[in-house]
Amino acid sequence: MTTPQRILTILSVVLGTMLTRFLPFLLFPEGKTPPKYISYLGSVLPCAAIGFLVIYSLKDAVFSAFHGLPEILSILLIALLHRWRKNTLLSIGAGTVFYMYLAQTWFL
Amino acid sequence: MKTKALKAAFPHTLPICIGFLFLGMSYGFLMRSKGFSFVYPMLMSLFIFAGSMEFVTINLLLSAFHPLYGFFLALMVNARHLFYGISMLEKYKNTGWKKAYLIFGMCDESFSIHCAVKPPPGVDKGWFLFFITLLNQIYWVSGATLGALLGYVIHFDTTGIEFVMTALFVVMFLNQWEDHAKHRPALTGLFCALLSLLACGADRFILPAMALIVLCLSVSRKKSPKQSP
Repeated sequence: MTTPQRILTILSVVLGTMLTRFLPFLLFPEGKTPPKYISYLGSVLPCAAIGFLVIYSLKDAVFSAFHGLPEILSILLIALLHRWRKNTLLSIGAGTVFYMYLAQTWFL
Repeated sequence: MKTKALKAAFPHTLPICIGFLFLGMSYGFLMRSKGFSFVYPMLMSLFIFAGSMEFVTINLLLSAFHPLYGFFLALMVNARHLFYGISMLEKYKNTGWKKAYLIFGMCDESFSIHCAVKPPPGVDKGWFLFFITLLNQIYWVSGATLGALLGYVIHFDTTGIEFVMTALFVVMFLNQWEDHAKHRPALTGLFCALLSLLACGADRFILPAMALIVLCLSVSRKKSPKQSP
């Protein structure tokens, strides 16, 4: 990707992000209530988007040589650790270090 | 008036400070390890200011040029902001020019503080909300920039460091699982994305996945109209 293409990509992301932030305030100025369908999507999309993001971040692992095995092992560790300590930063840190260890030693 | 609001706002942002510095630094460090100058994470954290989308944008920048993908992906990943915005319509009223900045900087963390905290008596609401958003953004941009700068001086085998993004999303997934009684939306997102990935492949699954998710959610609402909030 060339630098102008990179800048355009970042701008399109900025535009998409800002649209999600400003749209409600533009559509519903001063006391207009949003239609039920929109409120419904607003309430369920956040959770669905996180589920989507989990898969998105694994999209290349699925088709790799190990078919996502090191990723699944690391996710298991994160899930156990998170159940036990409920510490977001600890879970992210330990999961990443564990994955890096796997990727650099056993799953080359 | 401003100092008073700043003093009232600062303690609420302290927990965010630690988290944002840590995550911001890992984001900046990751970008540097992928060969980007520190200017990229600095400007991206300043202008996008939506953590998960910034991580995703690294992938976009490393693959083929598809600006429309970036736009739609940002819409989808950040769709939760629509919900935040709808809940903040009242609260951000009468804040003058600061309203534009409050909306621009409405990340998950600022939103959660804005939801939970009221300005103490005698403190101007607009400035109080403004400083919460501003402080959080300062932490995030500093973290991202600092992490990238560290990437210039610290050198070790960074193979696998990109897993920090997966780890972040998995933990977010576990947290929302705890917070919500209904798990259908989360599972819809997970399985629609997985199905589209297996059917269309890693390079073409994003738009089908988003369409499928919205479709499934709309159908499940029609089936159980009483469940809509």
